[in-house]
This record gives sequence, C-alpha cells and structure tokens, in this order.
Amino acid sequence: MLDSTLGELRAALAGRRVSSVELTGLYLARIRALNRATNAFISVDEEISLAQARAADARLARGEAGPLTGIPIAHKDIFCTRALRTTCGSRMLEHYRSPYDAHVVEQFDHAGAVVVGKTNMDEFAMGSSNETSWFGPVRNPWGKDLVPGGSSGGSAVAVAARMAPAATGTDTGGSIRQPAALTGVCGLKPTYGVVSRYGMIAFASSLDQAGPMARSAADLAPLLNVMAGHDPRDSTSLERPREDYARELGLALRGLRIGLPREYFGEGTDPGVLAAVRAAIAWYEAQGARTVPLELPNTALAVAVYYVLAPAEASSNLSRYDGVRYGHRAQQYADLLDMYCRTRAEGFGAEVQRRVLVGTYVLSHGYYDAYYLKAQKVRRLIARDFAAAFAQCDLIMGPTTPSTAFAIGAKTDDPVQMYLNDIFTIPAPLAGLPALSIPCGFDARGLPVGLQLMGPHFSEARLLGAAHRYQQATDWHRRVPSETPL
Amino acid sequence: MTWEIVVGLETHAQLATRSKMFSGAATAFGAPPNAQACAVDVALPGVLPVANRAAVEMAVKFGLAVGARIHRRSVFARKNYFYPDLPKGYQISQYELPIVQGGVLAIQAGDGEKTIRLTRAHLEEDAGKSLHEDFHGMTGIDLNRAGTPLLEIVSEPELRGAKDAVAYARALHALVRWIGICDGNMQEGSFRCDANVSVRRTGDTRLGTRCEIKNLNSFRFMEQAIEFEARRQIDLLEDGGAVVQQTRLFDPERGETRAMRTKEEAHDYRYFPDPDLLPLVVAEADVEGIRASLPELPEARRQRFAAMGLGAQDARALVGARELADYFEACVAAAGAGQAKLCANWIIGELAGALNRAGLDIARSPVPAPGLAALLARVSDGTLSGKMAKEVFDAMWAGEGAADEIIARRGLRQISDAGALEKIVDDVLAKNARQVEDYRAGKDKAFNSLVGQVMKATQGKANPAQVNEILKARLAR
Repeated sequence: MLDSTLGELRAALAGRRVSSVELTGLYLARIRALNRATNAFISVDEEISLAQARAADARLARGEAGPLTGIPIAHKDIFCTRALRTTCGSRMLEHYRSPYDAHVVEQFDHAGAVVVGKTNMDEFAMGSSNETSWFGPVRNPWGKDLVPGGSSGGSAVAVAARMAPAATGTDTGGSIRQPAALTGVCGLKPTYGVVSRYGMIAFASSLDQAGPMARSAADLAPLLNVMAGHDPRDSTSLERPREDYARELGLALRGLRIGLPREYFGEGTDPGVLAAVRAAIAWYEAQGARTVPLELPNTALAVAVYYVLAPAEASSNLSRYDGVRYGHRAQQYADLLDMYCRTRAEGFGAEVQRRVLVGTYVLSHGYYDAYYLKAQKVRRLIARDFAAAFAQCDLIMGPTTPSTAFAIGAKTDDPVQMYLNDIFTIPAPLAGLPALSIPCGFDARGLPVGLQLMGPHFSEARLLGAAHRYQQATDWHRRVPSETPL
Repeated sequence: MTWEIVVGLETHAQLATRSKMFSGAATAFGAPPNAQACAVDVALPGVLPVANRAAVEMAVKFGLAVGARIHRRSVFARKNYFYPDLPKGYQISQYELPIVQGGVLAIQAGDGEKTIRLTRAHLEEDAGKSLHEDFHGMTGIDLNRAGTPLLEIVSEPELRGAKDAVAYARALHALVRWIGICDGNMQEGSFRCDANVSVRRTGDTRLGTRCEIKNLNSFRFMEQAIEFEARRQIDLLEDGGAVVQQTRLFDPERGETRAMRTKEEAHDYRYFPDPDLLPLVVAEADVEGIRASLPELPEARRQRFAAMGLGAQDARALVGARELADYFEACVAAAGAGQAKLCANWIIGELAGALNRAGLDIARSPVPAPGLAALLARVSDGTLSGKMAKEVFDAMWAGEGAADEIIARRGLRQISDAGALEKIVDDVLAKNARQVEDYRAGKDKAFNSLVGQVMKATQGKANPAQVNEILKARLAR
C-alpha cells in the first residue's frame, strides 16, 4: 500500500478497500519509524491527522469525495497552517502558529487531503542541501550521510522514503527539482503565477513558486490540478481558465522537438549524470522525437543574476522578522537597535544572514545600478534566450543537477560551490517557466539522477505528458531507496 | 541685503477609502488599538498586498483635478527601514514611477493669484503609531493606521514664504475635500504637511541648502514653523555660517524648529520595485470614466460665480468648500438669478457668522438654502428691512418656522405706504421742533434722531429708505 500511486490510492479509497484512517495510520507509522533517521518532518500531530482522516472517511461514506479525499499529504513547512506550527526551518519561527491557512493548504483541504505533517527545509528556503535548517539536516534515503538537496529536502525525502505519497514544495532557484533529482522523485515547478503564493512564506517573491512532489508524473497532475488557480489575495496570481494538467498524459512523442542546450551538456557535470540523461534522451529519440541542438548563451550568468536578485528580495522580505510582533525575540537587549540586532543574529542562521547582507548590499545607494538593475537586465536576456529556443522546440531537456547527492558537510564551507549545484535549475524561475525533474537512472554509486524538462509558459501538461510516457516505459521512479526499504 | 524664502511642500492626504491601501481592514478613525489591523497589516508570514482600486481611482481623480499627467503604468516600490510601527520593515510607496506627474494649483497670494506647479503625487501606505506615554519604559504599538492609503502630493519649490505656503496648503486642502478624496481632518492626521525650506539672496537663481520640517498638522503651525525656520537660516547665513541639510521638527509650544537628523544620518531606503505587486496599469477607459465623474472644479465655479455679478472676494470665498458653493447655488436657484449678490452677502455674512458661532458645517445648517431664499425674497420685495430680516433669520435659526410664517406671526411687515409714512413724519416733525432747527443749523446728527423717532413711532416697521427720503424732502422745504 505504501508503494501505491495516487491513482491506486484513490481507487482503493473509493472502492472502500481501505479507509483514510487506515491509510493515514500506515503513513504515520512509517513516519514514526523513519523520521529519526531521515529528519524529514519538523512537525507531526497524529491526532490532528487522524481526525482529518475520519472526516475524510465520513465524506467518502456520504459519496461527497473530492479529488483527493482521504489521501495523505505532507506540506513543506513554508506553508502557513493553523493546525500545526509553521517554522520555515528557522529558529525565528520555531514556535510560530499561523492564524490562517495558506492558499495551497486550503486547496488541499477542500480537495479532501489529509495532512500527515510539515516537512523539514532549508531555513527560509535558502539552501541546496537542507543543511541550513534550524531543525537539523535531512538525510537522503539513498545514503544516510548524503544530503537530499534543498530547500524542499524534507518533502523530497518524505516522498522518496514512502512517508507520504505526495508532498508540497516550493521552488525559487531549484528547491523542488534539485531535491527531487537527488532523492529519485518527481517535482514540478509550475509557471510563475499559476499557484497562489498567499500564505507561503516569502523568500524571493518574483521567483517563488509552489509545486507538487510525488513519485510519478501521473501523480503530479492531479496535485497540480488542486494547487493551481486564481487567488485574488496574490496580485501575481494569474487569472486563467482552469485546466486539467492530466490532459496530455497520452502525449504523442513522434515528432516532438526536444531542445538540447549546449550549455547544459558541458564540462563540470558528472559523467554518470550525463550518461543517464543521454540515455533518457535516446529513448525519446527512439520513440520518434527529434532533438534540436540549441544555445542558451546567457546560462552562465544565471547563477550570478540569481544570487543578486533573490537575496535582494529576501533582505526586504525578511525584515518583518524583527522580534516586535511575533517570533523569536532576544531575551536581553539594551535598546531598540540592540533588540533588532540580537533578535536577528539569534533567530537567523548563517546562510540566511549571508543572503540578507548580500541583498542589503546590492540594493544600497551607489550599488543598486551595478548589481540589482544590471541583474534585472540580464534576467530579461535569459528570458529572451528561452523565448528564442522555444521557437525551435517544444521542450528542453537536460540534467537537473550537475551531480548526484553529495555528502553532508561537503559544501557547507564553500557557498559558491553549493550555489553552483543549482546551475541548471536557476534559469527556469528567472524566466518564469515551468520545469520538471524526474528520475532517469543512477550513477555508478547507485545514486539517482534527475532529468529536467523545461517548457514554455503554461506547458505543464505537455511536460507531464512527456514525462509520463517515459515513466510508462521505465521503472527508475519505482525504485525504493536503499536506506528505507519497504 | 534682502533674502528670498523658498518653500516646497510635501502633503500627505489620507484617502477617504473604506479599506486600507493593500488590505481589507477598515480605516475608520478612533477604534481601540490594533482592532483594525488584519494579518496583512501586521505583516504576518506569508501575507501579500493587493492594491485598493478605490485608492487608485482617487489618485487619478486628483491628477485630473490639477491637470496632471496620469501615468498609465506606475510602479509600487519598497522603502526599506526598521521601525517598530512599520510592520513589514518596509513601506510600500511609489518611487521612480508615480501615478500622477505634474499639474498646477492656483493660490491666493496677497491680493493677486499665483499658479504653483506640482512635481508629482504618488500612492503609498501609512505606518502605525508608536505610543510612548502610556507605558512605563516601554512603547506601545498601534497598527490601526498601518496600511492606510495616502496620496503624497509634492509641490515644486515655488512658494515664496510662509504666507504662500499656507495659501497653497489651504487651496490643496479645499481641493482634496472638494473632489471627495480626503476628509481633510487635520486633528486626526488626515491631511499633514512637511515643508522644505531654504533661503537665498534675492536675485540668486540657485536654491539654497534646505531643511525639511516634518509633520505640520495645522495651518497656523505651518506659518509659524516656516517663519521661524527661514529666520533661523537667514540669521545663520548673515552671521557667516552655513545651513546644514537636515530634518527638523516644529515644537508648537516654543514656536521653534529643532534638528531631528542630518543628511549623514539619513536612511538609505534601498528602494526597489515591490515584486509582490505588478506595475499598476490604469486603463484609458477608467481615466475617462473618472474624468466624467469629476465635479465642477473650484476654479471653474469661481469664474462662473464672478460672472453672476459677485465681487472677486465673494466668489473666492464661496468656493472655499464645495458644500458652501452648493448652498449658494441652491439659494440662487430658489431666489432667482437676479438675487445672486444678495444671496452671497447673506451666506458669507449672516449665515457664515451663525454657523461659526454654533461650530456647525454648512451641510448641517438649521436654515437650508431654500429657506434662506424665501427670507431674501421678502427683503428684495421690500416687505422686510435689513434689520427685520436679521430678526426673522434668527427666528428661523432657532427653529421657529419658515420666513413667511415668522413675518406673519410677529407682524413684521415693513410700512412702505408713502401716504402713511408722510403722516407719521409730519407728526414727528411737529413734535420735535428743536431737532428740526438743529438740523437746519447744520447739525447732521439731528437727522438721525428724527429717523429714530419715526422708527420708534412705527415700532421699527417703517421702510428706512423711504423714511430718509420723505424726511429729506420735508426738511428741505
């Protein structure tokens, strides 16, 4: 049962072969068994989860089931929830309880999902390894000394280790796709504006986007169906007609034009990663897809642009954590300024402080034009590169990350090396594009490799279709991690 | 050596919307602390701003009223600084691309008129309030005001002294109330000004170093503060010193300005476009819709009133507030176009005086415009003398009924029958031979005494003009 797809779980619940209480209990037991080893969850409240499951069973019995009624799901701890504390992986919000639910949480509530817990994450979503969490690092089920990636590392591990059939994540520079790749699961970052950011704690507002994580592309579609939709509380939420993201799961691959950007296949990527990605592309070609060599010439600038813009926005977004109204406040202080300084020095970890400092610097008088404004201009060039590329192809494929999972502690002293792990995931959010990572094999050490699919704005259904066709023919996504056997 | 005082004003007009600039919380004044602060105003994690359409429309309305350019695309920016009553750690404002650019405002400068150019007007949100008095050793934070929509209106430095500045502020105050975008309540902080003051030697074209005086919340304080500040700067310069650019506060009790912070201590606000808000795009059709809904503006109305035969002073006074102008128009409509001047005299004189004494707005006048018109009809048809009319007005004010009812009840009909008056005059002349002689001997005062006797004999009902005429004729014999 733990290994079932969402479709199978829905059928089992609808056919009353299993109750939501039983199913939820199963996953809660799994979390109980594995959370000490993985540290994937920050907060779990079994009573609340089981109460939700009982309510779901009642709905099922009345025949009032929604699309996900009774299905367990884990929320990244960046989404505000009334039922459980919302920490954002930070000491600053260690005991913070939101008086309202995030839009995404509401949507899953309405759809009938049962929340099994809040997942661990890099502090304020700043990190690529889940090591910056105040609640400790998350461990990769494919190797207990390996990072799971980040920032949605807890969600990725929850799904990979079958502690939840599905989870929510957020992606700013790769925070859904990179941990998905490193843990062998699927994660989709939708087009910017498709999912409301209301109640999702902001890191970099112009880049942040929520998306689903699950074990297959086919499972991602119903999750995105629930998450997507206009929300008037988010001014950047798009007003578009509802769409069914599962509608292209039968996508014809014959004639599909797959763009292969030169910059994504160069030096600096592990041979094992490249081999697995090339093999996957060869499979598509064998199905009649055509590969189109292309260039995204500004790719090399993306990391630099990102590490100007994201910290700039973050420095401002995180100003509200000042100890005045909620969250951590220093015990002792001399005056107001001292209260601010101590509160923020104690409440924020090193990586968050680093980015707040960088962001403050690039927005400062005299530096704004050279950094922030310049980065905005290059951001537009990167978007233009993609627009030109999508005139020649239907989607772009490449590796999600330049390497598979690395050891905990291996890059913590070298932020630039850490940042470079996001080199392939950063461009899509800079251009607001949808991008998906799916497992496509393993490297020589037996660690999962992610294949990234990027498409034009609003091409989520096409990306999911292309991925689903591949997953019908392969079983990489079904492999059970070595550290967390069923 | 003569000096020229140069002033530019930055005015914060609180927009009269029901809800806040970026949240749905109410804006009403006087609620218990933090009762009107929702999750967005408190800046809880995860909340997002949504621009208030009504506030945007009011900004457009203002722009159209001053003949400014309405930017079809403007940008909200974040002004970053830490303060306990600024919940987000930044204020959402407009920086590089404001919604309103340019425009002009006509002001009364001395006996003449001046046109002051506006630099811009932009939308922003207010901060909360820090309360230092009520908490020993602590500061209370009230976020009711946080997020309240403001229109910041910036003038060019074209005001030449305190009088100009006050005239500008008054004209602006009247305008924002006239077009209904601000209640203008200065005690409650709905309309407050910062003044940038500098001085230069007469004839110099370059601007001197300026000081900004913050939070002038009355016209009187503004005048005092600017006068003091200009004097301070002139004294400094005449003593060979230099003005240091700084922000200053006005202390009304001591009548002086005090340094608050210098330029070096000024914040680096790290403005950047707010990524939570898309550029504000105003559709052409919306601008035209707002233009069509604009009331006739004070300037146009003033010209129309002047064309009705009113003096310049009266016409200006009547457009001081829209309700006053409306009252005047309603009065003229009832009394007839020929009575415009009489209406104006009574509204500016008797009615304004009574309202003032009672501390009432014209909208709440106990004597409505048609009622006043009915009274004035009895003045112009000769039924009432001016003095009698005032008596009737007082009775109307006291709620004793309509003019005609009061006239009938009190028998206040003026005697204008020439035959009757002649008889009474003759009688008075016969009884007051001494005064007649005095008058003929050149004592003009005696004439007034005779008029008084006639009025007394008629219990004040004699038509004074006629009495004068008849007396003069009789005495000239």
